Amino acid sequence: YIGGVFDVESLVEKLLQQLASKQTILVNVYDTTNRSHPISMYGSNVSADGLQHVSTLNFGDPFRKHEMHCRFKQKPPWPWLAITTSIGILVIAYLVGYIFHATVNRIAKVEDDYNKMMELKKKAEAADVAKSQFLATVSHEIRTPMNGVLGMLHMLMDTDLDVTQQDYVRTAQGSGKALVSLINEVLDQAKIESGRLELDAVQFDLRAILDDVLSLFSGKSQEKGVELAVYISDRVPEMLIGDPGRFRQIITNLMGNSMKFTEKGHIFVTVHLVEEVIGSTEVETSSENTLSGFPVTDRCSSWKGFKAFSQEGSTFPLSPPSDSINLIVSVEDTGVGIPPEAQSRVFTPFMQVGPSISRIHGGTGIGLSISKCLVGLMNGEIGFVSIPKTGSTFTFTAVFTNGCSNPNEYKSHKINNQSNSASTEFQGMTALVVDPRPVRAKVSRYHIQRLGISVEVVSDLNQGWSNISSGNGAIDIVLVEQEVWDRDSHLSSLFINNFKKIDRRTPPKLFILANFISTSRTSATTSGDNTPSIIMKPLRSSMLAASLQRAMGVGSKGNARNRELPALRNLLLGRKILIIDDNNVNLKVAAGALKKYGAEVECADSGKKAVSLLKPPHCFDACFMDIQMPEMDGFEATKLIREMEKHGETSVEAYDNVSNWHVPILAMTADVIQATHEECLKCGMDGYVSKPFEAEQLYREVSRFFQSVPNGNL
Amino acid sequence: MDVVVQLQRQLADHTASLFHEGFLNEQFNQLQQLQDESNPDFVVEVVSLFFEDSERLLNELAKALEQQAVDYKKVDAHVHQLKGSSSSIGAQRVQGVCIPFRNFCEEQNIEGCLKCLQQVKHEYSLVKNKLETLFKLEQQLIAAGGSFPTL
Repeated sequence: YIGGVFDVESLVEKLLQQLASKQTILVNVYDTTNRSHPISMYGSNVSADGLQHVSTLNFGDPFRKHEMHCRFKQKPPWPWLAITTSIGILVIAYLVGYIFHATVNRIAKVEDDYNKMMELKKKAEAADVAKSQFLATVSHEIRTPMNGVLGMLHMLMDTDLDVTQQDYVRTAQGSGKALVSLINEVLDQAKIESGRLELDAVQFDLRAILDDVLSLFSGKSQEKGVELAVYISDRVPEMLIGDPGRFRQIITNLMGNSMKFTEKGHIFVTVHLVEEVIGSTEVETSSENTLSGFPVTDRCSSWKGFKAFSQEGSTFPLSPPSDSINLIVSVEDTGVGIPPEAQSRVFTPFMQVGPSISRIHGGTGIGLSISKCLVGLMNGEIGFVSIPKTGSTFTFTAVFTNGCSNPNEYKSHKINNQSNSASTEFQGMTALVVDPRPVRAKVSRYHIQRLGISVEVVSDLNQGWSNISSGNGAIDIVLVEQEVWDRDSHLSSLFINNFKKIDRRTPPKLFILANFISTSRTSATTSGDNTPSIIMKPLRSSMLAASLQRAMGVGSKGNARNRELPALRNLLLGRKILIIDDNNVNLKVAAGALKKYGAEVECADSGKKAVSLLKPPHCFDACFMDIQMPEMDGFEATKLIREMEKHGETSVEAYDNVSNWHVPILAMTADVIQATHEECLKCGMDGYVSKPFEAEQLYREVSRFFQSVPNGNL
Repeated sequence: MDVVVQLQRQLADHTASLFHEGFLNEQFNQLQQLQDESNPDFVVEVVSLFFEDSERLLNELAKALEQQAVDYKKVDAHVHQLKGSSSSIGAQRVQGVCIPFRNFCEEQNIEGCLKCLQQVKHEYSLVKNKLETLFKLEQQLIAAGGSFPTL
């Protein structure tokens, strides 16, 4: 072995060059032969701290030991990356955990909320149901005793009362009716709010409804000295299909409002077809041309805003089906008008123009908002124009269907109608109306024409006289407006004298159309049997007919109780009804009563016969059954009939589409006890009426099954 | 002319007394209103039917109450019929007697029943007379050329 000389420094450096990393490595080589005294052979004498790596070096010298100490010059720095990364990961993990936790919490919370909401929803629905039940109950429970009270008052009126008593009863009736209408209004509002209002679709006569409304207000209008008039265009058909009650409600509301706020002048209601009016945009509104001479607002402005009339609506006539009727109704008054600042609030419920209004006039302020909803339900629009101190005009449109599908059917129906029975007596007569105001004369002519009388109009007495005396038209009736008559008393007495001189078998009858009875009139100049009779306005065909009849001695059997007749007639006309009673007298009376309302009646006197007659198929629309009969009583018979209806379907091939036979059976009973009622329902009866028949109760029970007049045969 | 007016007045008075004394009630008015051109003799027909029916019932009642073992059910049924028909035409007093009659039947009180039967017969003959007078007056009036106003 040859000894070598090593330059340790350069050797180590060369070695380490390859090993050196970024960190400076300090290497110390020691001769550690002597353990306690290492001899430093290479490297700086930096204190050894930190980690060092010791490795032995073998230079081949057996006597000496060498060690190499390697260490980093600098302390190892913080492992920032690792630290940051781990911190980052921690943070991320934490955040994730947090998000997760929060999400779970949120989900839990949301579920909680959802459950709470479901609870609340159930509560709300229950409250809604409770509200409907409340409405229904209140309707029934409050109305029943009220109707009882009113019914009793009505009956009281029919008994022997002296004048004071009659007055008291009338006052009580008035209050009672006001209360009922108030209740109805509030309930209507509640119904509308909960979206429960539905319209009927029955046949009705528009003119009759307006007559009714007129009569409602005629007393008040005469008291106030306000002229009331109604005009319905000839193009509006006789019968319409829609909801007469609600229509009447709207008109009554508008007229009631006008009546409240009008002290002078007139209230004029007109009904036209939309097609008639849509073309004419200029209406005569000059002062002289209105009904009473007082200025009015321009009615066209009240419908200017209607969507249906705007430019896009010009395709309007093409869209609706051929038998739908579009009516436009205006209520024009010459009252105090609505101040501009209040006009926007007019249709808001419970709003009134001033707080004093409800004190002075009564009412709750819901009427117009209900009317607006009703008009909306009828596919129409409502609007108004109002000028303070001049007046207001409210206009609304509504869509109905034509009720006169079969014109022949209704001509014969007309003749049975009481108000038109007068028309057969006056048919062919001619009347002369003396009135300088064309609008008012048009109204008079409309009402007179309804009675079948043809009408001529002149504007003053002289002209009238020349018409009468010219003799080519046989004029039977002359109607003179009060203001014309009063204007010149000399001329009027001349007129009467000339009447006496008319060379004819029956001189024409003279009438004065008066607005209100003025006491000065009673000391009229004329006397003797040619005193002209006075006909009070507002004109109504029925009243006109009555006055004419009285004056002309044309007699007819007027029935006092005709109010129930048309209503029951509408339900029972043409219906086939079976009456079962073992007592002949009862049978005859019941049959007579039903026949009076136009029903076709068949009688049988035992339960057995009833069962055989009512075996399906049969053509009876209803059956009135006496309960107490020998052999088989009413309950048994009804039970048998119901069983037959259920099981006898297999034999019913003749009548297609009638799978569920259920003929309405009403019990006739002389004792109306609660127990009987339950018994009736238990065995399958549909109701009961008392014996002998009472018109109102009969109507109530029968109207549950029958809706309107049938068209021809079943 | 005078005859007619007089007859009208007689008729009106007689009718008024019938109502006043309770022989007839409102239901009779209803009957009169059911009469018209299509049914000109309605009232007379119904009332005649009532007379026939009632007489038959009264005979049955007398027979039934003479039996040794009175069948109260049958008696009750007859009285019920009588009550029904009298109320249909408005024969108020007859109807009125039927009510205690039925009560006695329920109690099976023969004394009471017999008494009621007497009363019913009495009331029935009264109202029959009155109605027959009414109809006679009406016929006289029509024969004299007048017409009676509906009440």
